[in-house]
Amino acid sequence: MISFMPYPVRIEDIVVETEDGSLKTFTLAFEQERHRKGWQHVPGQFVMLSVAGAGEAPVGLASSPTEETLLCTVNRAGMVTTALHQLKVGDRLGLRGPLGNGFPLDGEMKGKNIVMIAGGFAVTILRAALMAVLARRQDYGRVTFIYGARSPGMLLYQQELRQWAQRGDIDLYVTIDREAPGWAGLVGFVPTIAAQVAPSPENSVALICGPPIMIKFTMPPLEAIGWKDEQVYLSLENRMKCGQGLCCHCNVGPTLVCKDGPVFTRAQVKRLPMEY
Amino acid sequence: MQTVMISPAELDALIEKWQTYYAVYVPALAKPAAATTDWAPGWRRFVEGEPLILPVGPTPASVKTFYFPQPETLLSFSLEENHPDKGAMREPVKSQGMQVVLGVRPCDAASVLLNQLPFIEDPLYMANCQRTALVGFTCTSRLSTCFCTEMGGSPLHSAGLDLALSSLEDGFILEVLSEKGEILVAGCNLVPASASDMAGLTARRQGAAPGDSVQLQLLRSCALNRLYEAPMWQALGEACINCGACTFICPTCFCFDIQDEVVQGQGRRIRYWDSCMFPLYSQHTSGHNPRGKKLQRTRNRFLHKLKYFPDRFGPFSCVGCGRCIGDCPVNIDIREVLSDLVRCTELE
Repeated sequence: MISFMPYPVRIEDIVVETEDGSLKTFTLAFEQERHRKGWQHVPGQFVMLSVAGAGEAPVGLASSPTEETLLCTVNRAGMVTTALHQLKVGDRLGLRGPLGNGFPLDGEMKGKNIVMIAGGFAVTILRAALMAVLARRQDYGRVTFIYGARSPGMLLYQQELRQWAQRGDIDLYVTIDREAPGWAGLVGFVPTIAAQVAPSPENSVALICGPPIMIKFTMPPLEAIGWKDEQVYLSLENRMKCGQGLCCHCNVGPTLVCKDGPVFTRAQVKRLPMEY
Repeated sequence: MQTVMISPAELDALIEKWQTYYAVYVPALAKPAAATTDWAPGWRRFVEGEPLILPVGPTPASVKTFYFPQPETLLSFSLEENHPDKGAMREPVKSQGMQVVLGVRPCDAASVLLNQLPFIEDPLYMANCQRTALVGFTCTSRLSTCFCTEMGGSPLHSAGLDLALSSLEDGFILEVLSEKGEILVAGCNLVPASASDMAGLTARRQGAAPGDSVQLQLLRSCALNRLYEAPMWQALGEACINCGACTFICPTCFCFDIQDEVVQGQGRRIRYWDSCMFPLYSQHTSGHNPRGKKLQRTRNRFLHKLKYFPDRFGPFSCVGCGRCIGDCPVNIDIREVLSDLVRCTELE
């Protein structure tokens, strides 16, 4: 059943993620126990966050259902997200969801080697996917996580990145676009690093989230070593209003990003008109 | 369900009886002097004693407004500083009263059924379906822009109506088609229609056979890419000025926008009709627009009706009322678009 009534949630914590302050991670708590108990989601799904008076905006969930808390990392871009960024701990929000399909963690990904490639703040939903994989690490093969940002100060989840680096069961590659003072890690665009890492396509699934230009240049080196479009999962975004396949705003030809997606294989995306 | 005869005088009496229990709307042929609560765009409340005049062909405005009013309140909230529940979102209070829409044409009745396909899980739309009764008149003549038969409909169809009236020389055959229709005629002592009158109506209906035409079948079986990449969109996109008139008068265009509206500390979230003809409709916050070109938006509207919707739900999302043909400022004719598309399916 379609619903436009958000669940009331409170902001429990706010972390300013990036040096320019454009990205904040909000820890959200349901006001009502029955909403908290009834909540289930799949990494890759999104919610509509609403600020009364400003409106609603779609935001990918940054946390995995295996975690205690619900996290949304929000880029300050338009009216709603700007209003969101002005809120304080304890303030009230509306949350509608979970919406969309999510990554096939229990489907095509299970038992496979997992390659996650993220550019910029699109890493948020891959954080959710990675946390779910780590919670059931034995269900998956090798895990490769490639993540790039413009500069060290634009990297999200920095504390967790350090923890992941020390685990030993993730091949972690964190890169920045250009040399920066104090940065001893990888330097180079995500496609370049992906080409160097060259993860094997054998028994593997890749989740790639980032700006279209990054995806465009990441694919050729992967294709060169045998990756097929059916193995690669992308997450589309389009302007959305209802998030439930009704208002038609997010349509890409006959496909509705909010309801049929936002996660699609690259093979599926290639069959769609270029309207995303 | 019964089929009875009703004289014009009996019909007048029946409408006056409805008037005491329900809100009865009739087509507004002229613009009302002022917008009142007794008014829906293109429709007005029935006034006792006034004759019911129906235009040839479809009514000026479609019945969409009764099912999908604009705006429709989705929720309300208070932003007053001292309000104990500041920012808390509350369910809206919905009107429950029955409304009778009188003078509906078969094309519009068909549109209600089509719109139910996407809206079947929308509680607001379905609640409006529950409280709205459609009393329709089958068509005895048609406008040059009418093309319901090309879209698989018929000027004599009754699908979607609660009561259907078909005129005879000295009155009407009244078909009672639903429970709501039964309630509307309850307690009336009307004479059952004679076998010959019913046979006459059936014969007339058979003349206008419904179903997919050969053209529609071609369109249905054609791959999307061929239609999407058809060269015809170039000229059409240049002609169309993206005014959106067609989308607003269309009975089967149903996309909507959602916005928050705050007046003196009291807010509500509303949905209202939008149009895929407008650039902002698809523009991302970043400024990127997947349908930034006029051509892309024009193509989206027609393909939504003639390909995307049928691929998803089955029927075509057009009832052939022809309103868009009459109102388009640059004379775009959806019938020509349709036949151009069909020609594309035949090209090698």
